[in-house]
Amino acid sequence: MPKIKMPRKSTHIDMTAMCDVAFLLLSFFMLATKFKPDEPVVVVTPSSISQVILPDVNIMMITVDEKGRVFFSIDNKNKRKGLIEDMNTYKDLGLTEAEMNNFALGGSIGIPFNQMKSYLAADGNTRQEYDKTTTGVPTDASVSNPNNELAMWIRSARNNNPKLRICIKADGKAAYPEVHKIIATLAGWKIFKFNLITNLKAIPPGTFAAEPEKTTAAK
Amino acid sequence: MAELDTSSGGGHKKGGVKKGKKLSTRVDLTPMVDLGFLLITFFIFTTTMSKPKTMEINMPFKDSTQPTPPSKVKESTALTILLSKEHRVYYYEGIGSDAANPPKVEVTTFKTPGGIRQAIIDKKAKVDALVRSGGLTATDKTTVLIKPDDNSTYEDFVNIIDEMSINGIQVYAVVDISPVDKEFIALTEAANASK
Repeated sequence: MPKIKMPRKSTHIDMTAMCDVAFLLLSFFMLATKFKPDEPVVVVTPSSISQVILPDVNIMMITVDEKGRVFFSIDNKNKRKGLIEDMNTYKDLGLTEAEMNNFALGGSIGIPFNQMKSYLAADGNTRQEYDKTTTGVPTDASVSNPNNELAMWIRSARNNNPKLRICIKADGKAAYPEVHKIIATLAGWKIFKFNLITNLKAIPPGTFAAEPEKTTAAK
Repeated sequence: MAELDTSSGGGHKKGGVKKGKKLSTRVDLTPMVDLGFLLITFFIFTTTMSKPKTMEINMPFKDSTQPTPPSKVKESTALTILLSKEHRVYYYEGIGSDAANPPKVEVTTFKTPGGIRQAIIDKKAKVDALVRSGGLTATDKTTVLIKPDDNSTYEDFVNIIDEMSINGIQVYAVVDISPVDKEFIALTEAANASK
């Protein structure tokens, strides 16, 4: 007598649906992604209730880390190339074409001019090591001070691209005098309007910002 | 659906009737799913979803070639805030220009409730009351002068500007701290220490 065979169920699962989901998500992330810019230092910005979103283009970013070191960058690769070419002729840095390309492709720069050549000639890893020990771009409260290298960066960058929006991204723990030097430098170039990068925090309830209509009506 | 005819060829050669072994058209999608999720994880980790927020700030116009115009801030509408070490906030009413009659300097923090926010709200209510009673004209607004001391941090600076927007102070200015204000801080600290 033949045995009754139990119907065997296949252990195979149809992967098509899962595959669909995976690639749907993948395409979403690929389109929505914007790669994190290469930052030489970690900066924890303070929070504010401001909800203005930073635009993507024409940004001059002045980064201050918690030790008060200043880093400088602008966004566009071609503009960066133009900037370093200007700097090369202006400060007589003696950079080669390859070194200037290194600058154009790199991130924020936090090196005094006298170390610029050796910095740009080095490879990526060495430059990262450099960034850990660097003193940052030298700044001063007065734009006429020849040691105020940040002032020269700002001026050349603005000559290259007048539409630049100036952003200060400083660490919450940075001492105020360091930030003040940057603000004073900007004021020296007659820039009185700029942006501070902050994190978003919730508007505290019961304050003016939380209920502007009610407060003005009560007046 | 795109299906591959895997049975073509070979099968017809042997007599024509006998069909060739039908190969399954199903492809094992598991590695493809693996790859898909791997890429998803990569993009999740490299992405910056939230764009950075920014606050716009306007500094008072300053030109070293021109003399600074005399301050038009009225004593009764002004509140001066001094930022000092350890996130301490010193404040007094008025602009402290009257040397013979020094203002009463209070010390507080950013803590809520109370703290500097309450001081700003109180000052605003006071100015509003003055406007209503006719002591000030309707165009007079609470004016806050922010003077960060050298030992304050950037966080204090952002916090105090944020308090301006939180409390709807439209007129405020960030100015350099004067020696007189530093003295106020030192005096207040000494007074508090002796208590």
